[in-house]
Formats: sequence, structure tokens, C-alpha cells
Amino acid sequence: MIFMISFQKVSKTFQSRLKPIHALEEVSFEVQPGEFVSIVGRSGSGKTTLLKLLLAEEDPSSGAIFFNDQDIHQIKSDKLHKLRREIGVVFQDYKLFPSKTTYENIAYVMEVMGASDREIKNDVAKVLELVQLTDRKDSFPEELSGGERQRAAIARALIHRPQVILADEPTGNLDPYHTRDIIKLLVKLNEMGTTIILATHNQEVINSLEKRVITLEEGKVIRDEKKGRFAI
Amino acid sequence: MPYNYMMSAALKRIIKSGWRDFKRNNGLSVATIFIMVMTISLVTSLFLSQKTFNFLIVSLEDKVDMAVYFTEEPTNEEILTIQAELFHLPEVKKLEYISKEEALAKFTERHAGEEVIMESLAEVGGNPLLSSINIKAWEASQYAAISAFLDTASFNDLIAKVDYSQKKPVIERLFSLTSNINTTGIVLSIILALVAVLIAFNTVRIAIYNSKEEIETMRLVGASDWFIRGPFMVQGIISGLWAVLITFLIFSAAVYFLSPKVAIIVPGLNLSSFFFSNFLVILLLQLAAGVGLGVIASWLAVRKHLII
Repeated sequence: MIFMISFQKVSKTFQSRLKPIHALEEVSFEVQPGEFVSIVGRSGSGKTTLLKLLLAEEDPSSGAIFFNDQDIHQIKSDKLHKLRREIGVVFQDYKLFPSKTTYENIAYVMEVMGASDREIKNDVAKVLELVQLTDRKDSFPEELSGGERQRAAIARALIHRPQVILADEPTGNLDPYHTRDIIKLLVKLNEMGTTIILATHNQEVINSLEKRVITLEEGKVIRDEKKGRFAI
Repeated sequence: MPYNYMMSAALKRIIKSGWRDFKRNNGLSVATIFIMVMTISLVTSLFLSQKTFNFLIVSLEDKVDMAVYFTEEPTNEEILTIQAELFHLPEVKKLEYISKEEALAKFTERHAGEEVIMESLAEVGGNPLLSSINIKAWEASQYAAISAFLDTASFNDLIAKVDYSQKKPVIERLFSLTSNINTTGIVLSIILALVAVLIAFNTVRIAIYNSKEEIETMRLVGASDWFIRGPFMVQGIISGLWAVLITFLIFSAAVYFLSPKVAIIVPGLNLSSFFFSNFLVILLLQLAAGVGLGVIASWLAVRKHLII
């Protein structure tokens, strides 16, 4: 079986002054290309740490993580950008560039990849339309509402058609109407072949998806179900 | 999704992005330029001060010389041979032979209006003055070596007197003064330049620290180190160029207006002419200070945030 992502006995411990914090303990699972996987768990269960490890933003304390058969923590620092270009990320706190407009935020990912001005113009316009931000393209992040920022962050994650999209609580700041739209968008991208890894604690979203659910509790995988439901 | 990556297009984007960020962060850009103007001004001032001190030292040293007076014994030809021998000394810059006749002519000309002196000269009768050679050394410190040479020279018995011993305290004082000015000037310049560079460096560092999170996000969305670093370095270059332009205009105006006043304090020093004749050197020095500082400070400051 071909795996796109493989976590092999991955543990992550953060050293704090009082005592070590075990964010993840011996986590193992695989994700196939084109899968839609939801990672659920309470706050502090290790969802965000798991995504950070996959993006090589953090190093595991032990174990290995493979992306397309490559151990991502063996990649040299100056080559990491190549891995990250294969991954689109929707950060929990958006991480939009405050000094760039919505258009520039989305275009940035294509710029770093070397897309032509024409490609950028065409694709950004399409994605802006998709996330309904065309009329906000010249606004700076501080001028956008929480939901608009969320949608801009999603647009930035998908603009370069990455192999996988990591979405960390992408509906956290959205009303039910926009939540439904964003989830529909992720499902649509998944149907087009993009692998989606969604970290959330939104029960309604998980139950409506009827996709694979990995449940984390205190840094451990306690359930991994093909058509899972929210149960924590 | 692969794109056809073009280096020239990437460079164009980096420059465009740097220029755009420079304009958008205008408050920080102005603050950075202001500090850089201060730094470049200090470096330029140190350069001009050093040149002024050198001019002062050279003009003071130029006023010092040493005279060797000969007995009545040697002929003009013999003294000219001695002059030729002295000319081979590496410490000697310039020699001037003054014959008995020339010495008398100069003396008479100088004291033409002073009756007492002229009457005394007439009373003595003939020419009581001695032939002499005036010696100028390259530096004040070299007169001692010339004096030592004269003490042991084969023609020593033809020398009536050397006025070095009378001038020695003045020469030594001048030598100590010039060497102290030089040492203090160099040490002070290095300290001030270092302080200025550190202040400017920290200003750039703080400006970039404001973008710390942005830099980290750029890394996480797949930007290469150069694509992140580039716009900040472009901003550093732009700030440096603006600072150089402003400093150059300030100094051009200051030198133009202050030059006549400086000439009164230091006669013979034409600051304006020196500044404009050294236009290229000063501009290059300012560019090296401004642009170099902007680029190096940006490069180092961004590097710190790229470790993710």
C-alpha cells in the first residue's frame, strides 16, 4: 500500500521549568493520497503539535515522520522549503502577513514558487472568487473580519494546489453558515484529489463529514475509525 | 504544482517587494534612515577631522627645520659636497644652502629699517655671518637621527654649530603632540565608528524583529531563505541610499558655508576644496557605511529568525 504520510511511533516532549510535557506519545498512523482525515481531541490533546511536526516546524523527540517516503526531519534546513511547498496550511491563528493585502497574501505562495505574473493574476482571481473575497482583495488583514481572515488563510493554503492541506481549526472563528461553506470547499478539494488533514473539535463538522477520524487524548491515539464520529 | 522558475523574475519580485515594504513601513523606514544619517555623518566627520588634523600636523612640521652652520674654513664647493652627502640620508626631505653672502643679504634686507642693528653690523665690519644648510626632515621625529649623523660625520670639524639642541625641546614637544593627536584620533575614531555602527545595526535589527512572525510564516509557506531575506536587504539598501543622499547634501551645504570660517582658524586649509576634490572617496565611504550597514545588518537580523 502506498502512503503519503506515515507517523511511526512519534513522541514529542516539551521541556518546561516544572516538568516535561508529553504532547505526543508513540503516535503511529498512515495517510493515503487523496484521503480526508480529521484529527479530533480536546484542547491540549496534541492536534496542533501533530500538524507542526508534519510541517517540520517542530522536531519529534523520538520516532519518524515520512512524507512521500522521505523522512522529513532528515531534510536539511535550507531544503525544507521544497517540502513545505507540497503542503498547504491553514493556521489556527491565520498567520496572514499584516503588511500585505489579501491579494498579496494569497499571491505570495505562488510568487515564492516562481509562477508567472499571468498565472498569479488568473489563479488568485479564481481562488478569491471561490472564497468570496474578491471585493476584499485590496484590504489588509486588520481590515478583515475573523471569518474573512479565515477564508483568506484557506485561499493561501490552496492557491498552489498542494498535495496535502493541513487545516488547524479552520472553522474556529466562523458562523455556521460560513463553516458549512469552508467544509464544502475542503470536501471539494479532496474530491479533486487533494489530501486533507483537518484538526478540529467541531462535533457537527466531524459528524457531517463521515470520513476517517483519528481521536487523540493526552497525546495518544485512542481511536482511528474509517467513518468515524465525534466521540470524546 | 511546479512552475517554470526564473531567477530574473524572482529578483524583480524581491526588489519590488522590498520597495513596497519600505514605503508601507514608512515610520520605521524614516527612523532607520535617521539613525543611518547619524552614523554616516559621524563616519564622514571622522574622515574630515582626520584629514584636518593631518593638515595641521603637516603644516606645523613644515615650520620646523634644522640649520647647520659652518666654520670659515670650508669653501662653497666643499659645502655643496656636504649637502650632496646629506641629501642621501633617508630622513632628509629638503635642503637649502645659504652662503655667507646670501645670509648677509637676507639679514640686511630683514633689518633694513633698524638703525641700531645696521650700525652694529657696520661696526663689526665685513661679513660676520656663517654659511649654513637648512635641513627639513620628513617628520619631526627624524631630526634626532640627522643630528646624530652630523655628530659623527667626517666633516664634523667643519661644523661651527647645529641649532638642533636649541630647537630640540620644541621639536620633541611637536613630535609628542602629533603622535598623541594621531593615536587619540585613531582610537576615538574606532570607538565612535563602532558605537555608530552598533546603534544603526540595532535599529535595523529592531525593525526586522517586528517582522519576526511574518518571517517565520514565510518559511512555513515554502519561501526559500533568499526569497525571505531579499526584500529586507533591498529595504536596507534603499534606507542606506537615502541616508547617503541626505548626509551628502547636509555635508555639502555645511562644508560650503563653514569653509571660510575654518580657513580663519586653520590658515591654508580649504575644507570646501578638499571636500569637493575628494567627492568620490567621500561618496564611496558614505555608500560603504550606509549601504554596507543596511545590507549586513538586514542579512544578520533575518538569519536569526530563519531557524524554523
